[in-house]
Amino acid sequence: MVIAQVEYVVPDKEPIVEKPLIQLRDIELSYGSRKSAKTVLNHIDLDIQEGEFVCVLGPSGCGKTSLLKLIAGYEQQSAGQILIDEQPHRGPGPNIGVVFQHANLFPWLTVEKNISFGLKMKKTPKAERQKIAQHFMKIVNLKDAAPLLPHELSGGMKQRVAIARALAPNPQIILMDEPFGALDSITRQSLQQELRNIWQQTNKTIFFITHDVDEAITLASRIIILNDKPGRVMLDEKNPLISKLQHGIDCRELTGYQSLRQKLMRHLEK
Amino acid sequence: MTERKYSIKLISFISMITVFIVWTMVTHFGWVSPLFMPSPAAVWSAFVDVIQNGYKGNSLFSHIFDSLYRLAIAFILALVTAIPLGLVSGSIKWIRAIFEPFIEFYRPLPPLAYYTLLVLWLGIEDGSKIALLYLAAFAPLYIAAMSSVQKIPQDRIRVGYSLGASKWHLFSEIILPSTLPDLFTGIRTAIGFTYTTLVAAEMVAATTGLGWMVLDASKFLRSDYVIMGIFIMAILAMLLDLVVRSIEKKLVPWKGKE
Repeated sequence: MVIAQVEYVVPDKEPIVEKPLIQLRDIELSYGSRKSAKTVLNHIDLDIQEGEFVCVLGPSGCGKTSLLKLIAGYEQQSAGQILIDEQPHRGPGPNIGVVFQHANLFPWLTVEKNISFGLKMKKTPKAERQKIAQHFMKIVNLKDAAPLLPHELSGGMKQRVAIARALAPNPQIILMDEPFGALDSITRQSLQQELRNIWQQTNKTIFFITHDVDEAITLASRIIILNDKPGRVMLDEKNPLISKLQHGIDCRELTGYQSLRQKLMRHLEK
Repeated sequence: MTERKYSIKLISFISMITVFIVWTMVTHFGWVSPLFMPSPAAVWSAFVDVIQNGYKGNSLFSHIFDSLYRLAIAFILALVTAIPLGLVSGSIKWIRAIFEPFIEFYRPLPPLAYYTLLVLWLGIEDGSKIALLYLAAFAPLYIAAMSSVQKIPQDRIRVGYSLGASKWHLFSEIILPSTLPDLFTGIRTAIGFTYTTLVAAEMVAATTGLGWMVLDASKFLRSDYVIMGIFIMAILAMLLDLVVRSIEKKLVPWKGKE
């Protein structure tokens, strides 16, 4: 009896077979009644893989925020389909965290209670809630702010709390709508750095809206440009500089930055 | 900053002292008949007299107590009915549609206009008085509660859902605390309005109460007692407001700072 020799070929890289975490299929969004309807988004097809950091650039009014609201489940698309983890979208929930441009904290809750709010909704035991809140306060550098109320915080601190609050319930997806737009440039830079670290450590899927090209280059693993009237995807590319951006290097110092920036600007101006 | 605050307070103090001096002079030199404008000393002695001997068979304390009792019962009733109804009306349109016409109908009416009806229905005892004060407190509380719900930023509700809040948690953990600042504003307005209605409520067939004391004294041209009563009412009102404001500071420290 001869036993056939079976050769196993070990691939040097595992082929990517995982399904995208977020799938947008031919999304259309319009407001108003049939005749005076205003189309905000048109024919949007997007697949977002788990662990991607997607930055969406676009002029104001291009429908970036509308797209985020659809993925958050705050609004319903007029046509098309949204799949989260291959299931039809079931509305906003603890699996999709959202960070807004304004911190949108609960003004009556301390920093710690704001952060652990989502855990309380999940009925996490109190001791564990405290532990997780402590952990995230450490991550966003707010260890000493635990007992403070939001009105006692600076803008940057508030936004840190908002990020920690979105992270604490451990969502798979985090949506951010120009979260650093209202901050001064130094605070913005340090928060960008923190967000990058968080992303690298947790491997969350992040969908991040910005109008700042440099911010997109600094953060994104993938950059998408939307254009207006009506909103559609103009450009969708991996960020070629992503691997070089470790350890707080300013993206402007990298070779390839200028050409990437020019390319993005060209698409934005179209 | 603090220096300016002090000088503002100093101006208020000086203006009060000035009016007091003018009052003393006007009465001291007899420019106005003491029948209409008693001297500060006469008002003070009226106060001492009422403290020692009471007014028409009842001590000053029991007059104050009777007034505050009516006020308190009416206000508590209004709190426990107007606020829940206002909160529900603010969230559910068809419920608002049921109640709003009636509230909008009676709210602008002068309380005395329907007081006569209340007396007919409820008699001349405390019932009609409390009902009048209740109605006075109800409308501002209801409206404050309703608008406080409608004013909640949409993004706050959204973030609640995104953090996994159920409908019930959304109400108890987000909507309710969000309404607190406006509720307290409503409570202060309502106390003020109810308090102004108090004199009217005690005009009909009362034999006790601060409002009644002032009205009764005016019938006998005892303006010293009238002014003394007005002072007591004013001081009580300020104390009430002080109490509410200190509760507010404790419960809603973020008010006006969002």
